[in-house]
Amino acid sequence: MTQYAVLIYERVAPEDLPPEIMAAHEQLPQRISELGAREVAGLALLPPETATSIRGDLVTDGPFIETKEVLAGIFVVEARDLDQALAIAKMTPIVNGGVEVRPLLGFQVAEQS
Amino acid sequence: MLAATVRVTRDLDAAEEAVQDAYVQALKTWDRDGVPTRPGAWLTTVARRNALNAIRHRQVLQAKLPLLLGPTETAMAEPDAIPDDRLRLIFTCCHPALAQEARIALTLRLVCGVATPDIAQAFLVSEATMAARLTRAKKKIAAARIPYAVPSVEELPERVDTVLTVIHLLFATGHTAYSGQELVRDELTTRALDLARMLRLLLPADREVAGLLALLLAHHARRSTRTDPDGRLLRLAEQDRTAWDREMIAEADRLVVAALEAGSPGRFTLQAAIAALHAQAPAYEETDWPQIRTLYDELLRIWPSPVVALNRAVAVSMVDGPEAALAEVEALERDGRLAGYRYLPATKADLLHRLGRDAEAAEAYQAALALSDNATEQEFLAERARSAAAQGAVGGDEGGR
Repeated sequence: MTQYAVLIYERVAPEDLPPEIMAAHEQLPQRISELGAREVAGLALLPPETATSIRGDLVTDGPFIETKEVLAGIFVVEARDLDQALAIAKMTPIVNGGVEVRPLLGFQVAEQS
Repeated sequence: MLAATVRVTRDLDAAEEAVQDAYVQALKTWDRDGVPTRPGAWLTTVARRNALNAIRHRQVLQAKLPLLLGPTETAMAEPDAIPDDRLRLIFTCCHPALAQEARIALTLRLVCGVATPDIAQAFLVSEATMAARLTRAKKKIAAARIPYAVPSVEELPERVDTVLTVIHLLFATGHTAYSGQELVRDELTTRALDLARMLRLLLPADREVAGLLALLLAHHARRSTRTDPDGRLLRLAEQDRTAWDREMIAEADRLVVAALEAGSPGRFTLQAAIAALHAQAPAYEETDWPQIRTLYDELLRIWPSPVVALNRAVAVSMVDGPEAALAEVEALERDGRLAGYRYLPATKADLLHRLGRDAEAAEAYQAALALSDNATEQEFLAERARSAAAQGAVGGDEGGR
């Protein structure tokens, strides 16, 4: 199994997501496991207005690129191959935007001390 | 052989290495013991054994290196399993997750066995650039774990389309080389035709596969007449139709008819039908232009590309006259998507010439000339520009044809 990150890009702010999209997000892990794959982790991000960017020593209040599509969330799956990962990524509920699939170089969760 | 070996290694570089080693071993062993009864099977067996040994070796060295993707197969390939392996290799090379240029290059390298320097030459890039491009693609196959498999039934239509597009591009690249001295690069067109034939054997029920093969055959049948003995470009109207390969045209025709009868045609079948109609016409004037325009209408409906619209305009000019076609070409010009496409000004120039507006035609030929990098084509366009300018200067208003 290989780990892939599915990056979710949306043009719709999280608070404006329709309820059926939210419900579909909640059902996603179940649907992924039905394919014989596994969702390892999920991260939902607050809107880009809350972002702080650092480039070198420069700290600014947001992304540099003016874009209507923002990174809204990420989930990590373990899948057999790219085709299975793409099949899973296609199930991601999207209002107006898309997803990107990237193989992971590593995935670590810090141990609780 | 490479395809069968990749099944063991799941790593393209390792498989290529194992195959090369097998050839070296063959040279030594066959020299000593004679050539075996089935040299291909011998080589495949040895290559796969080499691959397995290399894998074991690596496993010992780096127990945790995740090179082995999934379970290995130790059983030797049955001879009839090989076509399927080649199909897997084609689908791997043409996976939509790879850049289109990488798909063509990988297909040439791994499926057709073309050497990297030759591929670099065909794409007019340096050998280092092409090698880097191939390495990047192979890395992505390994890192993203693009499966070495024929896609599932649901995915098949989309993926077959990718494979067909690659084969078509291969052919197109060879049919009218983007630049350089020669108009045709026979090696590329032949490879593309071989691949289309192979795909047809492997997916006999796929109508678009039949359509693509028919399309390539109909074009290939005319290859010897596209230039005159001095290497000058000849237009369809000027070509010697008696020199066309009738057998190939008949084969294309049979494939097209069968594909059309089987249901609503896809874009390759429609293009093949158009090419077949051109090939069958006994003379340029006797071409079934109304039928060709109808086919273009349908093609434009399912594949709304500006290039298709431009080609359709030529058919319109033959049915409704150059005036009607010129309006469509000018609309395409305003549309802007074909900016930089040399056939747009070239088509416009031809229509203007037919309307007797030769001064404008000369200008349009010059615009097309500025966009062409192929020496044969440049010479043709320069000649057309000169002749139109001369006619324009003597007031060719009553010119036309």
